[in-house]
Amino acid sequence: MFGFGILSGLIFLPLVGAAFILSLRGESEAVLRNTRWAALLTTVATFLLSLYAWSLFDTSSAAFQLVEQKAWLGSGIIYKLGVDGMSMPFVLLTTFLMPICILASWESITTRVKEYMIAFLVLETLMIGVFCALDLVLFYLFFEGGLIPMFLIIGVWGGKNRIYASFKFFLYTLLGSLLMLLAIMAMYGVAGTTDIEVLLKTTFSSTMQKWLWLAFFASFAVKMPMWPVHTWLPDAHVEAPTAGSVILAGILLKMGGYGFIRFSLPMFPEASAYFAPLVWTLSVIAIIYTSLVAMVQEDMKKLIAYSSVAHMGFVTMGLFAMNPQGVQGAIFQMISHGLVSGALFLCVGVVYDRLHTREISAYGGLVKNMPMYAVVFMLFTMANVGLPGTSGFVGEFLTLAGAFRSNTWVALFATSGVILSAAYALFLYRRVIFGVLEKPALMKMPDLNARELTCLVPLFVLTIYYGVRPGPILDACAPAVDLLIKNYQTALAAAKTAAVALH
Amino acid sequence: MYTAIVFLPLAGFLIAGLFGRQLGARPSEIVTTTFLMIAALLSWVAFFQVGVGQAPMSAPVLANWISSGTMKIDWALRIDTLTVVMMVVINTVSALVHLYSIGYMHEDPHRPRFFAYLSLFTFAMLMLVTADNLVQMFFGWEGVGLASYLLIGFWYERPSANAAAIKAFVVNRVGDFGFALGIFMLFALTGSVSLDHIFAAAPGLAEKTVHVFGMDVNAMTTICLLLFMGAMGKSAQFLLHTWLPDAMEGPTPVSALIHAATMVTAGVFMVARLSPLFETSPAALNVVMFFGATTAFFAATVGLVQNDIKRVIAYSTCSQLGYMFVACGAGAYNLAIFHLFTHAFFKALLFLGAGSVIHAMHHEQDMRRMGGLAKHIPITFWMMTIGTVALTGFPLTAGFFSKDAIIEAAFVAQRPSALYAFFLVVIAAGLTSFYSWRLVFMTFFGKEKWAEAGHDAHGHDAHANHAQYDDAHAHAAHGHAAHDDHGHGHHKLEPHESPNVMLIPLYVLALGALFAGLLFKDYFIGDQMAAFWKQALYFAKTNKVLEDMHHVPHFVAMVATYMMLIGLIVAIWFYIFSPQTPRRLAESQRPLYLFLLNKWYFDELYNLIFVRPAFWLGRLFWKGGDGRIIDGLGPNGISARVDDIAGRVVKLQTGYIYHYAFAMLVGLAAIITWYMLGGVR
Repeated sequence: MFGFGILSGLIFLPLVGAAFILSLRGESEAVLRNTRWAALLTTVATFLLSLYAWSLFDTSSAAFQLVEQKAWLGSGIIYKLGVDGMSMPFVLLTTFLMPICILASWESITTRVKEYMIAFLVLETLMIGVFCALDLVLFYLFFEGGLIPMFLIIGVWGGKNRIYASFKFFLYTLLGSLLMLLAIMAMYGVAGTTDIEVLLKTTFSSTMQKWLWLAFFASFAVKMPMWPVHTWLPDAHVEAPTAGSVILAGILLKMGGYGFIRFSLPMFPEASAYFAPLVWTLSVIAIIYTSLVAMVQEDMKKLIAYSSVAHMGFVTMGLFAMNPQGVQGAIFQMISHGLVSGALFLCVGVVYDRLHTREISAYGGLVKNMPMYAVVFMLFTMANVGLPGTSGFVGEFLTLAGAFRSNTWVALFATSGVILSAAYALFLYRRVIFGVLEKPALMKMPDLNARELTCLVPLFVLTIYYGVRPGPILDACAPAVDLLIKNYQTALAAAKTAAVALH
Repeated sequence: MYTAIVFLPLAGFLIAGLFGRQLGARPSEIVTTTFLMIAALLSWVAFFQVGVGQAPMSAPVLANWISSGTMKIDWALRIDTLTVVMMVVINTVSALVHLYSIGYMHEDPHRPRFFAYLSLFTFAMLMLVTADNLVQMFFGWEGVGLASYLLIGFWYERPSANAAAIKAFVVNRVGDFGFALGIFMLFALTGSVSLDHIFAAAPGLAEKTVHVFGMDVNAMTTICLLLFMGAMGKSAQFLLHTWLPDAMEGPTPVSALIHAATMVTAGVFMVARLSPLFETSPAALNVVMFFGATTAFFAATVGLVQNDIKRVIAYSTCSQLGYMFVACGAGAYNLAIFHLFTHAFFKALLFLGAGSVIHAMHHEQDMRRMGGLAKHIPITFWMMTIGTVALTGFPLTAGFFSKDAIIEAAFVAQRPSALYAFFLVVIAAGLTSFYSWRLVFMTFFGKEKWAEAGHDAHGHDAHANHAQYDDAHAHAAHGHAAHDDHGHGHHKLEPHESPNVMLIPLYVLALGALFAGLLFKDYFIGDQMAAFWKQALYFAKTNKVLEDMHHVPHFVAMVATYMMLIGLIVAIWFYIFSPQTPRRLAESQRPLYLFLLNKWYFDELYNLIFVRPAFWLGRLFWKGGDGRIIDGLGPNGISARVDDIAGRVVKLQTGYIYHYAFAMLVGLAAIITWYMLGGVR
């Protein structure tokens, strides 16, 4: 494709759509309709293209595939793209969620529609770029650049308190990314290149690894978000429009986890082993603490946001268990959480569009006039709780099984999360869906319409499908994860012998 | 055939669940009930082939589920004698309950949903008992939990039903917490979760000491205790029993199917299925026996004073599950399953009979407002009597064979807690007889209290003689307003016999309650047992309980029958000849009475030590942790300082977005500079 590979196509296709929307003039109804359709068609085309990329992808190989490379900033810094089993699922998740987001904003966004759609398309470009980049500088550009559209989405189309929320978002992420930038410069200084494939084979000294690890951790921990740097997330979610929340929970949170897998674990194995207890501690605190906090929330979105933090705790715990179950479970958990929490935010959006409040106490008895909504919401609630047969179970189970092999205390405390998650999720469901339908405003609320069903049904199907047959995702990342773990153990063994030799 | 047995209920669920609204109520009922009938017939065929006959054990793999590293989990159907016994119980009771519900629920507008849930439950339960690995068992385990949650909360407009549904799910999750940890530990030690593999590895781990949770412990004992925690939750054993009585908020057919015959026995099934693991750890079996006996006794004492007809039977179920665990603890797994089998018939019969009473009384559940019903609903009366006779262990009925055998097994068991268990189950046998007959006498004999009061005057004033206790009755009280949701208006109550569609299931179950023990005793616990069970259950070489049972002293063999008679006589005296006695006793022993009436205050205790602190902590972490400390010291604090400085120094006319873009630019500039310098060098 014009001398570019398929991944470049994936990255730039949304920009083509954005350029087209930019060329539209006027604010008439017809223009707005064209804008929406253009955005939808672009994202659908991107999704189809990603499916094509997926068909070319060889799941039995651990190597980077579909690699393309261009000189960029002279020697060392290159434009290099490629995917392996650990990034391909995220690319697909991104392209899959985008059309749903566009559809979810179809009617709820009425001001500055063009700018909104452009922001989303640019965001898609940047998100796909994060998962495809094989050059550290390129990764950094995409990683940090993705914050700008998100920042705008919250700041312009957000709720009442949007300025505070976007400011908080900004402050947290700025601190982390500056440290990561320093680390990238340091790594360039050692390796003389920012090519990720080369860096993966570079061995950094023990001391340097620790500093680099901490710098990357600062950025990824904020993104995840891990306790105690999670407080930006509930505010951001509450203020963001529905589609913004879907992307935030579905994709942006996954970048932290992806960063751990791509950089921290393979490039700084010694430091990862050294800091694993720290990560475990923070993960376990996150799981219990935020689950308890979720239980007392009065705002639906805040509750789900806190539950996201708890679920991301399972991810970090699994990653640093560093065994196949832990890491594969963490990847699966991220994909599953992308589907499930995205769907939950869509569910909140459905009632928010009708009543314009997220207060849990404003609802009750919705099952009476919204039975389809009740079914859909029930499934995603159960997936959130980790019921076997839904995708939520597989990730939770594997990460816990992996954690148990590494540290039984961690598994013991983290498993208590399954009790707490049941409590807060069912408590929410009961207050919104069950009970007597007696509030006048609720009585007129219609059930899901065709557009909302189109958004939710694919997620519904996938949540069950991946719950019963998680193979497609687990098998795709298995070779890459095995290689990751093998290299990790080799590096640790080498470090050990070196340490012994010194004494 | 086995695939059909398991997946027909799923098909019924999907049809009724997805298209119930389009199809209408009656077709949904017919489809689900027919599918279940077929599944039940096939189950009996399988029972005679695999159990009674010689068909070999099989475990065909349907598909792969989860593969990760060495962990391979398949969807498979393990078919052996234990499975087919459970299949027969599940599908027979489920088919009958489906049929019964057509009559019982005929006024409910949400029947398609109800039948879909029932079929979903049946499917999940079948997946549980056909599991060939622990994770599929966990799938079924949580699946039945979901169905139970949905069915308890079926009448979603009642706050009490919603609360009970959540309670059931969350308390079960506490048990699942242990179950899951047990699976993780088994996987960590054996590298597998498939049954054959862990059974083979278990003897090697029996003496092994491992370091978990900061302690050095015996591997198999720890694993078995963790797994047993799951069984305690599902089977409502002492400490995790609190959800079962509240689960009676669900429609009565649900109570018969889920909370009597099948789901609550899943814990017993699990211990029997994992007998190769439990046999390696006498210490764990001792704990099983201890909890079983404690539950049997505890639940029986509470059952003595309850006034809600369903709650009495619920506590009775709880107590009988305790008996089954005593049998497991003694090492007599076949006995536990035999009691599970017979119990399914007579307890489902009692529940459905109670449903028939409630139906006749227009959704009245308080036994103090019943009485004298025997001549109004004679068929129901006789069916309930058969159920009671079987439950209390009247000679030659189903309960006689299984329960008496458990008492004998407890006597000869080689466990430290055997004597404790023996005494408690003997006492519980007497209590069982008393509360069961009390139920029959209060409901079917004596004065027609509903006639005096009039159905429309549901208030408490009509029962002044009992009103003094009503303050202690949080649960009895909510029954009246809530259960009367069908709006029967103010006509005079005329108890009516149930339609045939409800009575036929009662006849079938009554046959089972009378003859299941006699017919199948040889297979389950008698001469044929080795040929019947084949490899499905495992008995260690040192396990002699089944032989020793035949050599117990005469008084042990007879004690259960004596206790049954004593209970019956006391009940006759209390509720037929001297109706004043129970009230006088309650007044003179008021603290004890209140203690029992309030179920040993477990709900209050748990509320105090778990529920309220959890909410309190949640609020503390939210407002204090997130709000004051993290935000206060972090972003808000910094922004306050920044504002101070920015206000004084210069007013940049920008939004934060420009700050951010600026920072990006600075970063880029820095990195390019760095690169350039590097390039020059």
